[in-house]
Amino acid sequence: MSTRMFGAPVQRSEDARLVAGRGAFLDDLGAGACAAAFVRSPHARARIRDIDATDAVDVAGIIAVFTYEDLSGAMAEPLPLLIPHPCIVDGRTPYALAREHVHYVGEPVAMVVAADRYAAEDAAARIRVDYEVGEAVVGVDAAVSAERTVHAGMADNVAAHLVQEVGDARAAVAAAPNSLELELDIERSAATPLEGRGVYARWEPATSATGTDDGRLRVYSSTQTATGVRAAVAAKLELALGQVDVVVPDVGGGFGVKIVHPWPEEVMVPWAARRLGREVKWVEDRREHFVAAAHERAQRQRVRVGFDDSGRILGLDVDILHDNGAYLPYGVIVPIVTSTQLLGPYKPGAYRVEFRSLYTTTAVVTPYRGAGRPQGVFAMERTMDAVADHLGLDRLQVRAANVIRPEEMPYDQGLMFQDGRPLIYDSGDYPRMLEMIAELVDWPGFAEYRERARREGRRVGIGVACYVEGTGPGPYEGGHVQVETSGKVRVATGLTSQGQGHGTVLAQIVADELDVPIADVEVTTGDTRRMAYSVGTFASRGAVTSGSAVALAARRLKEKALRIAAEALEADAGDLEFADGRIQVKGSPAHGIELGTVAVLSNPLRYAFDAASAAATQFSGAADHESPPVAEGEAPGLEGTDYHSPLRCTFANGAHAAVVETDPDTAEIRILRYCVVHDCGNLINPRIVEGQVHGGVAQGVAGALYERMAYDSDGQLLNASLMDFLMPYASEVPTVEIAHMQTPSPLNPLGVKGAGEAGVIPGSAVLAAAVEDAEGFRVDRMPISPSELFELRNRHAAGEVASVPPRPSPATASDTSVPSAREPR
Amino acid sequence: MKPPPFAYHAPTDLDEAVGLLAEAGDEGKVLAGGQSLIPLLNMRLAAPRVLVDINAVAGLEDIRVDAAGVRVGARVRHAELEADTAAAEAVPLLGQGLRLVAHPVIRNRGTTVGSIAHADPSAEMPAVLALLEGAVEVRGRAGTRTVPAAEFVTGPMETALAPGEIAVAARFPRPRPGTGTAFVETARRNGDYALCGAAAAVTLGADGRITAARCCLISVAPVPLVVDLTDHLAGRTARLGDLDGAAAAAAEQADPEDDIHAGADYRRHLARVLTARALARAAAAAPAAVADTYTGASR
Repeated sequence: MSTRMFGAPVQRSEDARLVAGRGAFLDDLGAGACAAAFVRSPHARARIRDIDATDAVDVAGIIAVFTYEDLSGAMAEPLPLLIPHPCIVDGRTPYALAREHVHYVGEPVAMVVAADRYAAEDAAARIRVDYEVGEAVVGVDAAVSAERTVHAGMADNVAAHLVQEVGDARAAVAAAPNSLELELDIERSAATPLEGRGVYARWEPATSATGTDDGRLRVYSSTQTATGVRAAVAAKLELALGQVDVVVPDVGGGFGVKIVHPWPEEVMVPWAARRLGREVKWVEDRREHFVAAAHERAQRQRVRVGFDDSGRILGLDVDILHDNGAYLPYGVIVPIVTSTQLLGPYKPGAYRVEFRSLYTTTAVVTPYRGAGRPQGVFAMERTMDAVADHLGLDRLQVRAANVIRPEEMPYDQGLMFQDGRPLIYDSGDYPRMLEMIAELVDWPGFAEYRERARREGRRVGIGVACYVEGTGPGPYEGGHVQVETSGKVRVATGLTSQGQGHGTVLAQIVADELDVPIADVEVTTGDTRRMAYSVGTFASRGAVTSGSAVALAARRLKEKALRIAAEALEADAGDLEFADGRIQVKGSPAHGIELGTVAVLSNPLRYAFDAASAAATQFSGAADHESPPVAEGEAPGLEGTDYHSPLRCTFANGAHAAVVETDPDTAEIRILRYCVVHDCGNLINPRIVEGQVHGGVAQGVAGALYERMAYDSDGQLLNASLMDFLMPYASEVPTVEIAHMQTPSPLNPLGVKGAGEAGVIPGSAVLAAAVEDAEGFRVDRMPISPSELFELRNRHAAGEVASVPPRPSPATASDTSVPSAREPR
Repeated sequence: MKPPPFAYHAPTDLDEAVGLLAEAGDEGKVLAGGQSLIPLLNMRLAAPRVLVDINAVAGLEDIRVDAAGVRVGARVRHAELEADTAAAEAVPLLGQGLRLVAHPVIRNRGTTVGSIAHADPSAEMPAVLALLEGAVEVRGRAGTRTVPAAEFVTGPMETALAPGEIAVAARFPRPRPGTGTAFVETARRNGDYALCGAAAAVTLGADGRITAARCCLISVAPVPLVVDLTDHLAGRTARLGDLDGAAAAAAEQADPEDDIHAGADYRRHLARVLTARALARAAAAAPAAVADTYTGASR
């Protein structure tokens, strides 16, 4: 038997190619294609009076200019609202090109196609659009006041409104011996993948070779869903699904922004390619990405909490105002996730959550890694700290008093989750998680460290935050596994890869199932020609859904291989085993057959094409002339296809702790330690999971200390470049210390849970807590910059910001303490 | 993010370069390292009709160190100057400033003279030149003239360069004997433009007491803000408490503005904190400094 790959820190098979620059990303394709550029609205809200392209046609290389007036049929209708939810009261989506009105800076107004991007931009710059400029609606306050509405025909800016309640939370708060109210605020950030969006399309007109009366469309897109883009483009262009192929090349990061589909550009490029009969490519530039892709995170939250003297939460009542930007293309998944995942590992006595999702004249808000959870965790964990401070208890002790116990699993929170299914936690050991984070960060030893730092004139603080993340939602993913006559194994799944290492992880799973060397397994993702049924890559679902699907597909293949091998070896299938790329009689390695040979035999041939295939031709051996060459109920080929459709999400969990130092003079904030306890069920590849956690933490730190979308009151984005949008460098990202837990999920054959988003989720909560602890006053909005910390200090000195009381020494107060002499670095 | 069309010239001779630039008048721009100009072109924030690339022009590539100081040609990259040990020995503030200029990749390409000619109020090298009372050699059709640092930068992104003129070299004088220098700054991320930065030069007498002190603040005024603090500090030691009054006086002259990265009050506060830190470090670096006179904390 080969070494088991599942659970091993296997090197990523993708990296040699990607690191050496041999990847093929969207812009590496279609060298001869025409280039598209878009004229975008410079105003947050305006009516388009006229578009004059007269001057643009003089530009050398111009091919076409398109506006809304050129669109017809389905293309002239608004783009789809991807996830309709009954709580949506007025769901507005954009047109592919603006129809009379624009609602955010960056909205596409006209499309230019030219010989190259230089000419396309030159022409775009010469198109004169006459705007009647309206007033912007920026930020939650402006949106909720409804003094101005974003869209015509609406009385207010409310896109959606939802209340979920378990028990009578308001009565529970009112009756509780203690209660508090918190106002919390989180600003916008964005996914900001290294590679922006991009689309390249090619139309093959009707010929006998295309096999249709109308031709075929090939679309390449830097997307998180090949099948989603295929269905959307086919619908918009009014083509049969079978006429459209979507292929996803290497993708340089997605983090959620590329699950939205179709983007306006994603239908315009194929439409133009068909209309012009030419290859057309559009590659988003960085400014376009900032103003015209998607953002996330902005929420205002009001929390009312009632609790007993031990810190046990009796009632939790949360109001959320969610800024969804100008349109609602993805529905309201983000505030739904916030509302439900806010609970984390805790079980309040009663819970009520209400959100209003509001239109503003800014870029759309769609899920970005974490997808509403960072905000929910911020609300819950800031509340936990406030409860602890109110009672003078240790912060970890209050958390320990509220967590769900392992013996209570599965635990039904009584809410409906983002997949439309009940919010039932499948497994997890939250008390142990708290013990482990206390041990990893040396929570009990911190009081002494703080005192020592204080004597050196240094200011340090510690924070902790926990989360639970529903991962791996359905509806399903599929896997196809095929053994070629060479013995090589080809695996396909429909979801796409943006650099996560799916190729490595899925190969590990299949290599174990078939007992073949991992180097013999090749994985294809995101190609509708290979796997037409799929959903996409989002919500930390790749390993859970596609991982399970390829395992099940490999098992189907094994059943078939055993039947064929049993016949060839004249043995009973039950006596055979898979070993090192062969099927052999158990305990008798000499009596066996190569998997490649089984593949040959699986496909009866009339014509040999090489020496090996001769074995499958009609005169090559003793044949059973009483049955057909392909037995009834069988299909030729050594392959297996299967699907995994999970009952509901599986719930991963974790706790982060951070130690920060704040400069007493300059108010600079430095992270001294960042510790992560992480449970994503069975680990398929710890190296890849740790990479996911590191990347997530980087984005968590980004959202907490660096990134924001600086819209002015006119709706202009003032920092639409990587110079002013402060994505942290390697020098700003702390070293991450990780301790793994492995609580298997009972909901899938591999016992795995998703790992893609976890690292980002508690970032703002844990860093707010640590800064607050260092400074001795409340921090209730994030991100926080040195300038803002300086201002908070001044306001605290003026009595405008509440102090936090001195924290009790956790070594005596915490029931989770684990003695340790380890010193924070 | 593609630039509008422009004519591109890559002359090898300085007179030819000056001629081409003069012909272009207001519509010409010099391309050296391109670290600021190319992004401006690609974002269509600048649209010069003519680019004169001086990367092949002979005679602009030298770093010359002599008794007067360091003369840096217009083609010298930040990284080259940073690595030049003779220059670092003659004018230590060069290295102290250069290591704060953006990131190594940008320093590999960007030129020191180009940074000075770009005159960003947040840039380090115009401040180094101003604090040391250096000068810029300017070549035009009429010949060469030398512009003192104090007259060279006239506003944010504005200089005394006339259309058709090229800044061909910057001269950084050696500090007076007994002088120590330092450059400290606070930036949002490592390598970003400073929210505020302070360069300082402190001259100590044989008794370890201050005889002269100057600082130059960046990001808090339209141009590098040089403040002579000799009146505040002459005769004093460089203890941090002694420096506070001078630092406050320097900060008072700052005129910072709010922007998306920091408020004006915070920048003014930083001006005071960083001036004190820079003065303390500069004094500690002064050759005549006596070790036990320096007790200031600095990072």
